[in-house]
Amino acid sequence: MSWTADEMMSIAAARALRDGQACFVGIGLPSKAANLARRLHAPGLVLIYESGTIGTEPDELPLSIGDGILADSALAVVSVPEIFNYWLQPGRIDVGFLSGAQVDRFGNINTTVIGPYDEPDVRLPGSGGAPEIAASCREVIIVMRHTLRAFVERVDFVTSLGHGDGPDDRRTLGLRGAGPTRVITDLGVLEPDPDTAELVLTALHQGVTVEQVRAETGWPVEVSADLMITAAPSEQELSTLRAMRTVGV
Amino acid sequence: MAKIVPLPQAVSEFVHDGDTVALEGFTHLIPFAAGHEIIRQERRDLTLVRMTPDLVYDQMIGAGCAAKLVFSWGGNPGVGSLHRMRDALSSGWPAPLEIEEHSHAGMANRYVAGASGLPFAVLRGYVGTDLPLHTASVATVRCPFTGEELAAVSALNPDVTIVHAQRADRAGNVQLWGIPGVQKEAVLAATHAIVTVEEVVDVLTPVPGAVVLPTWVLAAVSVVPGGAAPSYAHGYYDRDNAAYREWDAISRDRGTFTAWLEKLKGEKS
Repeated sequence: MSWTADEMMSIAAARALRDGQACFVGIGLPSKAANLARRLHAPGLVLIYESGTIGTEPDELPLSIGDGILADSALAVVSVPEIFNYWLQPGRIDVGFLSGAQVDRFGNINTTVIGPYDEPDVRLPGSGGAPEIAASCREVIIVMRHTLRAFVERVDFVTSLGHGDGPDDRRTLGLRGAGPTRVITDLGVLEPDPDTAELVLTALHQGVTVEQVRAETGWPVEVSADLMITAAPSEQELSTLRAMRTVGV
Repeated sequence: MAKIVPLPQAVSEFVHDGDTVALEGFTHLIPFAAGHEIIRQERRDLTLVRMTPDLVYDQMIGAGCAAKLVFSWGGNPGVGSLHRMRDALSSGWPAPLEIEEHSHAGMANRYVAGASGLPFAVLRGYVGTDLPLHTASVATVRCPFTGEELAAVSALNPDVTIVHAQRADRAGNVQLWGIPGVQKEAVLAATHAIVTVEEVVDVLTPVPGAVVLPTWVLAAVSVVPGGAAPSYAHGYYDRDNAAYREWDAISRDRGTFTAWLEKLKGEKS
């Protein structure tokens, strides 16, 4: 049995979600992994999208955050102000499941610009719901492909706050959620060091080396003393992932 | 009371050069036909407001309608970038574009404040992010009861808000359902509101979860079947995901976009 690095990433990310949790889902990689988790070990996972769909159970993957399939299969559909003000803001949501164009050593996320704001090298889509998802969920899990361009020492723009510049920043700023607890990539898993809040490598996917991770990380990434090796995808995980289709594709 | 009039008349009467105009619809019920009519009538210097400026604003920006964009997420959902928006920002083509950028929570609350007749809204947001450094309509406010510092965002009150809905009755009362987005707030925040609908019916039979916009808060209702395509109208037609993918190639190049634009301008709404 063989699998791609992307498949391993989606499966590792799906495994990070627990049955019964409420998960605020970003589009793209997070949405794919969250829907995989719901088909595998977490049938009671409550999926919430910023379009206002609560407890949605799509039988295909949505292309956008507000596809009709999300509304059709939702327990409740609420307005955009309501989803942010009543559901996200008070801290009701367990996990914020996000991605980004850049993430830095403290788990700050950039989806706004590469380069300076006023004259960017690349203009990215912007914030969407992510700043408040990153602030208010009890914890944040980030899913991103591991490349040198994406894993940077310091993001060009803080769209969504991770741990700021260190372990006390979130507390000082009065944020209630714990912030990023895991960054799951196609190479492995990084977690914030409990003392420094800096992301350290805590797991490698099968067949990946520490050197590969170092080569794709823009800071001298530390390796955990208890470095784990991610369990290989099971046949069920792979077949379920491969059977998932995106609407209209 | 809303007048039930053809879309060209509604746009001609209520959308003027230099206006602040919001076309809302969160993935669902995006008023594409109205955006296209604004392009055909060659409105200029608009401040375009929209949480998710996707294809419809990419088209309007590329057509030269906009001087400023107020937004929180500008992309082609699930596909990629908005090439016309990027071109306007980086090269000023076909016209320079100023931006005012927020988060979704901030934009939603700005509409809530506008709809509520308040000058600003309060939220837990923007903390620790770089957005407030670049966006003048974000500030902080101290709670008079707890002393807590919170984010404040100024109210949005568009000159005109345009939304699409499933149906209206003959008096111009409007009913929409499915993902309701921020349309109610955007309509109630505006000086004038135009609604395009799939159809006019004798009686608005209640639908679970429906939003009703009474005729007396609307300026005009126009019947435009398919007026949200290639987005969707719940219960009427699905999102045309292929069209969203195809836009990437059309919009990537000024030439192919201009050909698309000329074709659009040749079509009657």
